[in-house]
Amino acid sequence: MALSCVLEPALSGFNFENSTRNIVLENGSEEGKIKAPKPMKTGTTIAGVVYKDGVVLGADTRATSDEVVADKMCAKIHYIAPNIYCCGAGTAADTEKTTEILSSNLTIFSMNSGRNPRVVMAVNILQDMLFRYRGMIGAHLILGGVDCTGSHLYTVGPYGSMDKVPYLAMGSGNLPAMGILEDRFKANMDLEEAKSLVSDAIHAGIMSDLGSGNNIDLCVITKEGVDYIRPHKESPFNYKRQAKYKYKPGTTPVLTKTVTQVELELLDETVQMMETAGSS
Amino acid sequence: MISAQAYGENGKMKEYHYTGPVEHKFSPYAFNGGTVLAVAGEDFAIVASDTRLSEGYSIHSRDSPKCYKLTDTTVLGCSGFHGDCLTLTKIIDARLKMYKHSNNKTMTSGAIAAMLSTILYGRRFFPYYVYNIIGGLDEEGRGAVYSFDPVGSYQRDTYKAGGSASAMLQPLLDNQIGFKNMENVEEVPLTLEKAVQLVKDVFISAAERDVYTGDALEICIITKEGIREEIVPLRKD
Repeated sequence: MALSCVLEPALSGFNFENSTRNIVLENGSEEGKIKAPKPMKTGTTIAGVVYKDGVVLGADTRATSDEVVADKMCAKIHYIAPNIYCCGAGTAADTEKTTEILSSNLTIFSMNSGRNPRVVMAVNILQDMLFRYRGMIGAHLILGGVDCTGSHLYTVGPYGSMDKVPYLAMGSGNLPAMGILEDRFKANMDLEEAKSLVSDAIHAGIMSDLGSGNNIDLCVITKEGVDYIRPHKESPFNYKRQAKYKYKPGTTPVLTKTVTQVELELLDETVQMMETAGSS
Repeated sequence: MISAQAYGENGKMKEYHYTGPVEHKFSPYAFNGGTVLAVAGEDFAIVASDTRLSEGYSIHSRDSPKCYKLTDTTVLGCSGFHGDCLTLTKIIDARLKMYKHSNNKTMTSGAIAAMLSTILYGRRFFPYYVYNIIGGLDEEGRGAVYSFDPVGSYQRDTYKAGGSASAMLQPLLDNQIGFKNMENVEEVPLTLEKAVQLVKDVFISAAERDVYTGDALEICIITKEGIREEIVPLRKD
């Protein structure tokens, strides 16, 4: 007897079966056009700086969905390995999943080889994956970490491009942030100087770019360990509403109420003795 | 092989791959953001707007209020395309002067609303990209709010929100001023103090979630004594 449905193994890569259908829907039939749902983008400012003892990464915390703020406290600095962290800009789902895949790959490598992963390994894995997907994964990433060869800061673009630089800004707010970094970056800064530089760069992005806002997160990575400061600086704009908007019970009208008795029938009864400890 | 390029994020692919000749369109409109709100009370009217002027993800100005004082009893709030807002207010000012000179009296709020509707419909086939809301006192001294669409359809309301955060504000106003979707609530008439406090709270909420609204809030309070302005800071990020 033939099965009415056959389970097919999932094909790898993107499935473009619905593309023709989507084009037809978007261009409209007689009834009108149907707009496709847009993926949530982070519309971000992220920045990174290499200083004397390691790397400082910074990010804002606003996630936007078109022009509405979807999340006011989203975490954009993702964990990759104990010594490697990654800031992500672009499509929120893509940055989350890409960094999670990368992190699990590097954990498996660590367990297999007994070594700490190097930043350049993370970069190569990311490049391979993003290039393979031809830019369809909208992840603009800043990777920073400290390994046995030193402190490194890389950027990986959605098409698989890579850049190794001492200071960096990405996201929709990268232009104002880059302005601050270009002005004040020096090689071999000390910790407080580096933290204040990254924080000011993110702050410039937050004030000048509408897609960035709310708080500033920082992540300091050194040979000794990681200091994930979330939030480093809370948004100074906390204007409180003057009135309380609370509703008393009974404000929502109850239109109808039906109570249905559920008939229960005792089918099977088993008794299990439990061992209680401490009986004298 | 299905070409992946055409199905990328609306046109972003075209920057990097040659897909053939592309027609570049010039759009005569831009969206400059901003939110406007007007509330009418028993003997007062309030018109409030934020003061941020933006385009895309950038900010042009943090101090560009969208309330324009037309007469001693009428204020116009307009948001949308800033170029059309400026031209429209210039035209309205000129028409107000012409009316004053030929009829020897100031235009009433209702008359201004009717005139604005005609001006907007005159450009039916190349509209002013402006969302207008007029707030003022009518001939009997009661508060009046007139809300418009870009081509001149208008009606008199008790309260109306327009602009980028209008979809967030209007339901809240429907509930708090119109007492909609509530039962067993004492329907007290709106006082001036309560209305001003509600407007401030509502804009603070809008600034939290709408990226185009923020910087500062300008409230114009219209009573028979005249027009009083209040400026309240909002989120700048």
